[in-house]
Amino acid sequence: MTKLELSHVTIWLRSSRRPLINDLSLVVPSGEVTVIMGSSGIGKSTLLDFIGGHLDPAFTARGNVKIGEYDITHLAPEKRRIGIMFQDDLLFPHLSVGENLLFGLRSDLNKVAGRQALIEDALASADLAGFADRDPASLSGGQRARVTLLRSLLAKPQALLLDEPFARLDKHLRTDVRSFVFEHAIAEKLPVLLVTHDEVDAAAAGGKIIMLQESSI
Amino acid sequence: MDDPTKQSLERTLFAMISRTAIGLRSILALILTAAFFIPIVLGFWQTLLPSFGYIPAIGLTRIEVFAGQDLIAEPGFASSLRLTLVTGFASTALACILAFSFCAMIQNRIAKSATERFLAPFLATPHAAMAIGLAFLFAPSGFFSRLMSPWATGWQKPPDIITINDDWGVSLIIALIAKEVPFLLLVILSALNHISVHKFMATGHALGYGRAQIWIKIIIPQIYPLIRLSLYIVLAFSLSVVDMAIIIGPSNPPTLSVLSLQWFSDSDPLSLRLATATAIVQTLIILVAVTLWFAMERVVIVVGRWWIRKGGRGPVSDYLMRFLVTMVHVLLACSVLALISLVLWSVAWRWQFPDITPLSWSVQYWSYVLNSDQDILFNSIAIAACTSLICLSFAIAWLEWQNFETPSIRIIVFCIIILPLFIPQIAFLFGLHILFLRWGLSGSLIAVGWAHSLFVFPYIILTLSDSWRSLDNRYIRSAASLGANRMKILLRVKLPMLLRPLLISAAIGFSVSMGLYLPSLVMGEGRIPTITTEAVALASGADRRLQSVYALLQALFPMIIFFAALLIPRIIYVEHADLRGDRQ
Repeated sequence: MTKLELSHVTIWLRSSRRPLINDLSLVVPSGEVTVIMGSSGIGKSTLLDFIGGHLDPAFTARGNVKIGEYDITHLAPEKRRIGIMFQDDLLFPHLSVGENLLFGLRSDLNKVAGRQALIEDALASADLAGFADRDPASLSGGQRARVTLLRSLLAKPQALLLDEPFARLDKHLRTDVRSFVFEHAIAEKLPVLLVTHDEVDAAAAGGKIIMLQESSI
Repeated sequence: MDDPTKQSLERTLFAMISRTAIGLRSILALILTAAFFIPIVLGFWQTLLPSFGYIPAIGLTRIEVFAGQDLIAEPGFASSLRLTLVTGFASTALACILAFSFCAMIQNRIAKSATERFLAPFLATPHAAMAIGLAFLFAPSGFFSRLMSPWATGWQKPPDIITINDDWGVSLIIALIAKEVPFLLLVILSALNHISVHKFMATGHALGYGRAQIWIKIIIPQIYPLIRLSLYIVLAFSLSVVDMAIIIGPSNPPTLSVLSLQWFSDSDPLSLRLATATAIVQTLIILVAVTLWFAMERVVIVVGRWWIRKGGRGPVSDYLMRFLVTMVHVLLACSVLALISLVLWSVAWRWQFPDITPLSWSVQYWSYVLNSDQDILFNSIAIAACTSLICLSFAIAWLEWQNFETPSIRIIVFCIIILPLFIPQIAFLFGLHILFLRWGLSGSLIAVGWAHSLFVFPYIILTLSDSWRSLDNRYIRSAASLGANRMKILLRVKLPMLLRPLLISAAIGFSVSMGLYLPSLVMGEGRIPTITTEAVALASGADRRLQSVYALLQALFPMIIFFAALLIPRIIYVEHADLRGDRQ
């Protein structure tokens, strides 16, 4: 797998002259978790929006995002193959657990039985065997987080962005889910960028930690 | 402090207060039923009887079989039925698809408050005015024909071809879509407040899906339940519309509602049997149509889930949606051009074919209407202002009190409130008119205003209840914990915080009343002419300049009210950004 690289990223709110993110460069090697920390409102989620291609039109940005040697800065968001997990799990409530995974699974595998078998395997690997027909609403927070990660991975992303995905979980679940996410992402050799303001999360990531500061003019 | 007598006194007082509240609530329920439900039931009953041959006015006092056989025997009835179904279903389905596509494409690209401002003029323009304006565009002597003549077509005079009032109802379908798309856009935009669209879009993109696919597979399934009722209302409306069908619909044979109206106005009393039977058939059509639509939803869900499970990310939906959005742009451009051509005609003096602009100008028609038809303007404005304000007060009272009722009562009352939108107007207004005649109310402003409020009230409830429910409950609990009673909370917290939605729903009520044709026509007995009855009457061939003046007046007053509704919160709350409505 390949690294995720940001070079000289600067993001402004269109209406203000002061940049939210100022000339940020970093490299996330494959199979490593890099952490971005900073107080709320500092622009952590905006940075992830920029990388994923969902930047709100109220913002404007400069700089480049590369996956390996491939520049994806101007690519349509759906072409970037960058997975994302939010604080809210965002499992689609109108679909079953299995259908959520099938939605994520790439369409190259066309045979219905093959697709079904693939998601059953994925569920089993997360101790969720037999959950395919369940309504996402009937799952616990930890289970939902695991299904969300499986869904992201089934789309075969080239990098993973984590936007405080553990913030809503209870303390005892948090450790489990965190190691589940990190282990799977590292096993797939993905470069992972984690945004958090929890220091335990940051330490558990085991990678580089970058503190975002209020930028000056 | 812990004096037992004082405690029991407090308890008695509390019981008395809650009993008064129950008393007031029953009075409110009584008024709502008496004012909105009983007239419809009685009116419908009075329509049902003649359709079974019971017409005591001409000595027919025996109940016979339903006049269905006679209807089928009428030449053109089958075509009318087909036209009604085709125009109703096609316009609703297309409006729905176009509105969703447009929302999918503008979401996150245009601010919500800007979209509302941009939609206001389209929402404010009544159906009849829009139909007249579109007729001016598409008619053989209309704007588009002039634009192409004579250089491309060689026409020196208006060609003898049929464009508007075509036999297939295409022009009626276009006109209906032009009016319903802005309404559905507003409904969809407010439904979007209930889910975090941005994050679902990001999640969908992250899994490799394009904008159109995410909307079809993820966003629409989640918001559809919230807009379903509005779609059914649009469907029922399109299947029974009268004024638009008269102006721009097919004429020989016309749609069922126009056919029914023609029979009602026939001097032969036996025609009443056919007229009422047609109205009953229309009621059944709406019932069947809504059921059918519901069944179609089930099919779409099954097919859709199968499609979602396949996991395809193809770009076809994006191309298709971009094409549909272009159609919406064309449609909106036509609506704007329609309004512009109304303005041009209203100040034209001589305007020959194929000139694109008038040869000479005059404000004579404006000054004529404003000077000699003031009573018509007064009727319209007075009825619209009174009904929207009275209905708004009733709506506030009901929304405030409904929380004390059990859910089943709330649902029953809600069904009663929206009932008039699901029964063809023609199926209870004539019956109601007969009753009003007996009670000596007919042909009065009160009778017309009452009939208007049957339609204004449900629209106000529909537009207001969402904002009312969304008001954060914690504000009310905080106010209560600070010692405020319910009345004080209502007057000092809820109403001020909801000023903007209150004004907007009042403006919608105003424009609904301004645009109502049949209620004014039937209940006013020709003695209460309104801008709309005049506009529709003039549309059948009279002077275009006079038509435009009336069509513009019809649109002008609702637009003023709409812009006032958007502007007032900005002035009052100039220092309270959360209540101005210019953010988000």
